[in-house]
Amino acid sequence: MYGFEAMTFNVHGGFLEAICRGYRAGLLTTADYNNLSQCETLDDIKLSLTGTDYASYLANVPSPLQTSAIVEKCTDKLVDEYNFMLSQVSEPLSTFLEYLTYGHMIDNVVLIVTGTLHERDVHELLEKCHPLGMFDSIATLAVAQNMRELYRLVLVDTPLAPYFSECLTSEDLDDMNIEIMRNTLYKAYLEDFYQFCKSIGGATAELMSDLLTFEADWRAVNITVNSVGTELTRDDRRKLYSEFGLLYPYGHEELAATEDFDGVRAVIEKYPPYQAVFAKLSFGESQMLDKAFFEEQVKRLTLVFEQQFHYAVFYAYFKLREQEIRNLMWIAECVAQNQKTRVHDGIVMTF
Amino acid sequence: MALSDASSWLHALLYISPYSFSALGIALSIGVSVLGASWGIYITGSSLIGAAIKAPRITSKNLISVIFCEAVAIYGVIVAIILQTKLESVKSSQQHFPESMRAGYALFASGIIVGFANLVCGLCVGIIGSSCALSDAQNSTLFVKILVIEIFGSALGLFGVIVGIIMSAQASWPSAHI
Repeated sequence: MYGFEAMTFNVHGGFLEAICRGYRAGLLTTADYNNLSQCETLDDIKLSLTGTDYASYLANVPSPLQTSAIVEKCTDKLVDEYNFMLSQVSEPLSTFLEYLTYGHMIDNVVLIVTGTLHERDVHELLEKCHPLGMFDSIATLAVAQNMRELYRLVLVDTPLAPYFSECLTSEDLDDMNIEIMRNTLYKAYLEDFYQFCKSIGGATAELMSDLLTFEADWRAVNITVNSVGTELTRDDRRKLYSEFGLLYPYGHEELAATEDFDGVRAVIEKYPPYQAVFAKLSFGESQMLDKAFFEEQVKRLTLVFEQQFHYAVFYAYFKLREQEIRNLMWIAECVAQNQKTRVHDGIVMTF
Repeated sequence: MALSDASSWLHALLYISPYSFSALGIALSIGVSVLGASWGIYITGSSLIGAAIKAPRITSKNLISVIFCEAVAIYGVIVAIILQTKLESVKSSQQHFPESMRAGYALFASGIIVGFANLVCGLCVGIIGSSCALSDAQNSTLFVKILVIEIFGSALGLFGVIVGIIMSAQASWPSAHI
């Protein structure tokens, strides 16, 4: 019953929620990021990070350091925390945590299929996959020639199987189709996740529907911005938008009809929650759109922790952790390439 | 008495022995209080254990929340003991006199008052204790302020105990000399 979850939530979820909040206390703060942005070399970064929760993971990385090693170790920490939680959890939180990985699974599938298309070695691609999205038989993806085979050989046994019904065609895989496949899968995944959260009910349903609505609308804007000027038709574009969210259905019709970035801005400015995003960008500037959206997302994710006794803290924690890894990657790359002035362009502070 | 004019349901209700009402009251006072206390303790305890993994310093201070919940169970035990000392036997001819019925109802009501007041008090203190543990883990200055809220919450159980004891004090069974 909404409002009374406090009475029974802690039976199954109390311990894990407390652990998740403990992890959240270990996220890097503005002070940490300022320290990191003043580092001269990658070894300095490693030294700064030993004062944070990453200490045990970075202790054994051999010098000379590489940016990919730092990012890999930070991702290992994320995976360890995820597995720790997943091993102690019961329904429905276990299904909820599994839903968090499906996005990465979709990314991994697309990575391997694209890489195979461009004749890269399977093992190299497997190493670049995100560890949270691995599943058995992922290596078999390299063998598939078209989507039906992809589905029949590999994906039918994975949790992504139900998302495939909308994109089964007999066409061969090429770059355009793979991007369409990625977006169609992700759309189905978001809708499924949304329905699942609604079925849990209570505070989880309310908070998660807000967060997923934001993500769906963000994706709609991204799809629109990326597909102006390409050969994607309006109807195809329309089919890639999710069936929920603030922009559904009228915003989607308008977005499908826009032809340039300012048109997108005109559509989105009719929706007050997203006006803050576009207010930061002056006319015609689309490079900072990603960063503006990331900042908006981080702001919403940190607000989720204000309420207790729901599952959205897990979603928020993992998204914030991923944002932190992206920040660390940007800082490490800037430092490695001697571009320290550009550090603050690419990172989004959490608190 | 106009019992012969009353419906059969009223008849049945009025013929329930005052001993059953009293015994039920005593059972409710301890049983439901312990339900409230245990509910509160598990709510606080699970959050406390999880939060203490990252912030071990909170464990000793936050046991106060558990102690407040436990106090609720103790109130229930005390009132149950007081109530059972009030339960006396009367002669079977006097069993349905108005004084006996009154005493039976008084003990029953006292049990319900104490039981349910302690149930919600235990729940309240437990939920606040859980939030207290999680906030203390993030920011240790918050502990004392949230403790004040818990103190107000545990006063609710005390109100129930006071009224319950007053109710039971006036439960006087008819003496054998009448």
